Amino acid sequence: MSVSAQAGAAPVRRFAGRSKRVLPGFGLSLGISLFFVSLVLLLPLTGLVVETSGMTWDQFVFTITDPRVIESYKVTLWTALAASLFNGLFGLLLAWVLVRYEFPGKRLIDAVVDLPFALPTAVAGITLATLFAQNGWYGQVLAKAGIEVAFTPLGIVVAMAFTSIPFVVRTVQPVLEELSPADEEAAVSLGASDSRVFRKVIFPSLWPALVTGIALSFTRSLGEFGAIIFIAGNTPYVSEVTSLMIFVRLQEYDYAAASAIASMVLLVSLVLLFAINLWQGRYLRRLEGR
Amino acid sequence: MSAEQHRVGDQPWVRRSLIGLAVSLTVILLVIPVVVIFTEALSAGWSTFSDNILDEYSLHAIGLTLLVALLTVPLNLVFGTALAWAVTRFRFPGRKLLITLIDIPFAVSPVVAGLLYLLLYGRNGWLGGWLSSHDVQLMFAWPGIVMVTVFVTCPFVARELIPLMQQQGSEEEEAGVVLGASGWRIFSKITLPNIKWALIYGVVLTNARAVGEFGAVSVVSGNVRGQTNTLPLHVELLYQDYNVAGAFAAASLLAAIAILTLIAKAIVEWRQSRIEHPAPKTGGA
Repeated sequence: MSVSAQAGAAPVRRFAGRSKRVLPGFGLSLGISLFFVSLVLLLPLTGLVVETSGMTWDQFVFTITDPRVIESYKVTLWTALAASLFNGLFGLLLAWVLVRYEFPGKRLIDAVVDLPFALPTAVAGITLATLFAQNGWYGQVLAKAGIEVAFTPLGIVVAMAFTSIPFVVRTVQPVLEELSPADEEAAVSLGASDSRVFRKVIFPSLWPALVTGIALSFTRSLGEFGAIIFIAGNTPYVSEVTSLMIFVRLQEYDYAAASAIASMVLLVSLVLLFAINLWQGRYLRRLEGR
Repeated sequence: MSAEQHRVGDQPWVRRSLIGLAVSLTVILLVIPVVVIFTEALSAGWSTFSDNILDEYSLHAIGLTLLVALLTVPLNLVFGTALAWAVTRFRFPGRKLLITLIDIPFAVSPVVAGLLYLLLYGRNGWLGGWLSSHDVQLMFAWPGIVMVTVFVTCPFVARELIPLMQQQGSEEEEAGVVLGASGWRIFSKITLPNIKWALIYGVVLTNARAVGEFGAVSVVSGNVRGQTNTLPLHVELLYQDYNVAGAFAAASLLAAIAILTLIAKAIVEWRQSRIEHPAPKTGGA
């Protein structure tokens, strides 16, 4: 439905030429937008530039390669990777079930998927910490299996996974919905097994959205703070994430060190943001024939 | 053979096990946590719960949180609508860059966001130093909390509106121009009815995040009880004081807002689909 509407509208706008500024409000809306983007998003970046430029190169390198900070990079990277891969599987499963099957409670499940975006991270943090504590509902069960989650890096994975659940579901779901059944039915009627049809027919049109969802989930997990600090235990060299490292440096009033580490984090997240947008633009164009 | 219309995953056992697995994981990961928030909040009884909520510091935190949301939401509503209008109704150089730039708050860690503001407007920052010499203190005070909240929540309204307005196109508005309607009249009579549900959901999302922001606010707040303590910071403070019932009582208010947000989303999606479905017949051309 959306595709046909777009296909009808796009050529009109593209060939409109002169008439593209027919509508009023160009100056006003662009003016407000640019003013806001400059003031709220871009101006604050200058503070970081000023603060880090006050450091010598050696100081900068020394700060960002401090062993405790290096450990925090490692912990953050592997936990974020684990969390986003888990969400890749879980999100694919949820999207599949929500699109393909009818069952009681389906609408409730669909609605509750967005909970992690609506629930404040601090609330998620204390809730997960309570559930996974040694005497908590989940902690007790896991303790019998010898698994400790609270106050270990595993807790970080749980917190990251929770806060980024919606990404994969919400990127894969629309693609699954738009998938035409014709190819799939043809392949099945030719005698291909279900798993073969999934791999050869369905997955090829699904994976760009799946990758986008996992990348979004990964980016979000790298920066997550609120949910993590309550469950991680925050032991130096063991369960400290990088965003906490920045916070710790700030509490030591070491603004320069906090800025140096933050500039690394910022760089990585901006690169990821631009990469995801580029990637998304590319496959969306292909998908919608724009 | 084609008459059976078989699709992948249609066998009863596959169906049942996939649904079973998805539902149980959802219950474990999403439903039970919500239940726990409310059972923990009420674990010491209703009277303790209401004592916790009506405590002086809690009430102050609630008030401050409402103030932050009240200032943040209108600002981002205006910005989001203006931005969506600019990028979906006009072509101009740098348009794509602008769309990417507004996603920055989604990609940046909230702690980094808070730090950026602290470095600029804090006493040692180049702008903060000047402000401080004029006796204006923004950081470690409520204005700073509002500023970082505006940063963190600014993409929501725009992100809800852009895809919808792009898809709807601008023919109806162009017709309004031809008929001689003023800009404001075109917006309020043509655009607004088409986008109102997405706009409402954008506002609801902005509000949910504004009320619940933790990382960025915690960097610029200074956490002074009864002064710069928002509700999420209050949750943290109580939790670290080992007042678990109190922390969950405050958390349950935030969880209630989250649940209302989800309900609002369901309603909005239903209303929006009613606007869109008859569209190809009536307003397609």
